[in-house]
Amino acid sequence: MIQRIRRLGHRGCDLLESFGRAGIFLAQSAVGLPSREGLYLWVRQMHFVGVLSLAIVLVSGLFIGMVLSLQGYTILVDFGAEDALGQMVALSLLRELAPVVAALLFAGRAGSALTAEIGLMKATEQLTSMEMIGVDPLRRVVAPRLWAGFVALPLLTVGFGVVGIYGGYLVGVDWLGVFEGSYWSNMQASVDFVDDVGNGIIKSLVFAVVVTWIAVFQGYDLVPTSEGISRATTRTVVYSSLAVLGLDFVLTAVMFGGLA
Amino acid sequence: MKRSKTMELGVGLFMLAGILGLVFLGLRVSGLSMQAPSDTFRLEANFANIGGLKTRARVTMAGVTVGRVAAIELDTDWYDARVVLELDDELEGQLSRDTTAAILTSGLLGEQYVGLSVGGDPETLADGDTLRDTQSALVLEELIQQFVSNMVSD
Amino acid sequence: MFDNFTGMAEPMSDTPFVAVEGLHFARGDKEIFRGVDMTIQRGAITAIMGPSGSGKTTLLKLIGGQLLPDAGRVLIEGQDVHRQSRKALFAMRQRMGMLFQSGALFSDLSVFENVAFPLRVHTDLPGTMVRDLVLMKLEAVGLRGARELMPAELSGGMARRVALARAIALDPELILYDEPFVGQDPISMGVLVQLIKRLNQALGLTSIVVSHDIKETLTIADYVYVIADGQVMAHGTPKSLDVDQDPRVSQFVHGEPDGPVPFHYPAVDFVSDMLSPGGPR
Repeated sequence: MIQRIRRLGHRGCDLLESFGRAGIFLAQSAVGLPSREGLYLWVRQMHFVGVLSLAIVLVSGLFIGMVLSLQGYTILVDFGAEDALGQMVALSLLRELAPVVAALLFAGRAGSALTAEIGLMKATEQLTSMEMIGVDPLRRVVAPRLWAGFVALPLLTVGFGVVGIYGGYLVGVDWLGVFEGSYWSNMQASVDFVDDVGNGIIKSLVFAVVVTWIAVFQGYDLVPTSEGISRATTRTVVYSSLAVLGLDFVLTAVMFGGLA
Repeated sequence: MKRSKTMELGVGLFMLAGILGLVFLGLRVSGLSMQAPSDTFRLEANFANIGGLKTRARVTMAGVTVGRVAAIELDTDWYDARVVLELDDELEGQLSRDTTAAILTSGLLGEQYVGLSVGGDPETLADGDTLRDTQSALVLEELIQQFVSNMVSD
Repeated sequence: MFDNFTGMAEPMSDTPFVAVEGLHFARGDKEIFRGVDMTIQRGAITAIMGPSGSGKTTLLKLIGGQLLPDAGRVLIEGQDVHRQSRKALFAMRQRMGMLFQSGALFSDLSVFENVAFPLRVHTDLPGTMVRDLVLMKLEAVGLRGARELMPAELSGGMARRVALARAIALDPELILYDEPFVGQDPISMGVLVQLIKRLNQALGLTSIVVSHDIKETLTIADYVYVIADGQVMAHGTPKSLDVDQDPRVSQFVHGEPDGPVPFHYPAVDFVSDMLSPGGPR
């Protein structure tokens, strides 16, 4: 029995220790002024995590907007309130679906790739050799990736929202015959730029930090073997999905639930 | 270091698209207008019951939006609700002193807003004045209660 | 960067270039070093040999300041590697080159950019001069023609030569070779042996070669340390080790399969194991 409690304590200490390491890791790599070279490295990573994730995020956004519109219409039409379709589509997308789904897709597409890439660099001793050359891999390898993630995900979220609203428009107006004017005007009357768009972007910023942080740290901290890389990649997707969904509840409670 | 021009272009387009998307969300989706927020002046109005009126609700006149609700608080002198309205600057000195304010509902289940209608008094309202003549929100339960008690008394 | 040449012109002094004193290191519960002492003379090729798993690579990492010893210290020109600030340590590493077992080329940069990397990071040289220096280093390892290739397109031996060119890009005073001969075909092995020897003479380097390829290592080493069981088992010139009477040393140096280092992993007696009743195992 005492053995079990001791093991539990051991687990707890391990967990705390890894949180501590992750925190120090974030502080050491994300803080600091970028050089000209660093700016270029950042652009490269923006291409890698941002531009290359654009297709999957936009296509998903289009479909989710279309589905929302279809589902919303069948519910609203019972109340004769199909004019509120634009409002429903826009609010659900901007407040909830765009930040969350974009973050989940980002974790799957870019986060796992970041973990695998950094893990491979670690396994092939590239990080160690960089250190031996006298270059800090935290600043050279990790920092550009972190900052690219921080910037890319909010942009992707905006794209997701715009495409989703357009997808809702396609289904609602062009197909189901909701009056175009009421689609837009109901939306404009109910969507507030600061409360809805702004809070959605704050959410996606938080998710961006968490997902990129998890992905890069898992890559940097893994056991440098092929098995270690595959396990760390899985961990990245699992941990960041859970973190996104859990944090989404907390953020929603604070922003829209009147806890603030 | 070799710099790939197409990659830089791609990243530039990506960021530009993101910013344009944000502008779209601002203008088209949340209906912000590009013009600077016009100057406003404030009026106060006391209501016996505001129902479900919220801050930032619209204030209309003949159906045209002319301002919004800036604040709602309890007036402890009369124990009614004091609603602060922010109206377009150009209406200052145009509204007659006996203008009435009513809390109306858009549609059957829609949100509530404040409707103003002008009277005939030659004197006009200035910044900070209080509207005397107000009409409270219709509370559905009260209506039903009245209806039921009328039925009973009949 | 030319400051690095100053150490070369001085006459060989008596103080060793690298001194390892009473080094203890444990990874988890496993003790890897239990009091290792070494001195490495300037300008010489010192080989560190030992069976696999004896912690040779760990020793290089300790010298390079990537790992912290539990006790003891490593001095480079009298300065304790592990007592330096992060900045001073990085400055110290600019005077060291290290060749990794896998080559450790940056997979997203071409051969040229890999060799240019230390120059770009640590110097403000104009582009044309960087180009000249990189081509010189690549010429020295015979791969000037491969400068546009990506690391993935190189064979193992070529990758290691490119890594060598990168390690000498800043004209270091000390080069650490981690298993340079592992997994090489005889030709590229011969090429690497020649390169290590030639570079050491031509550039006035001090080299530390960690290896368990006895034959190749003994042909180029000036001095040899053999480590086993976390301690220095023997040291001396290649000739003196060749005639060493210690059975453990002679087993290792002559590559005999069984001896004091047993061929068998510890197990119960073979016959009783075979005859024991039991399950499928």
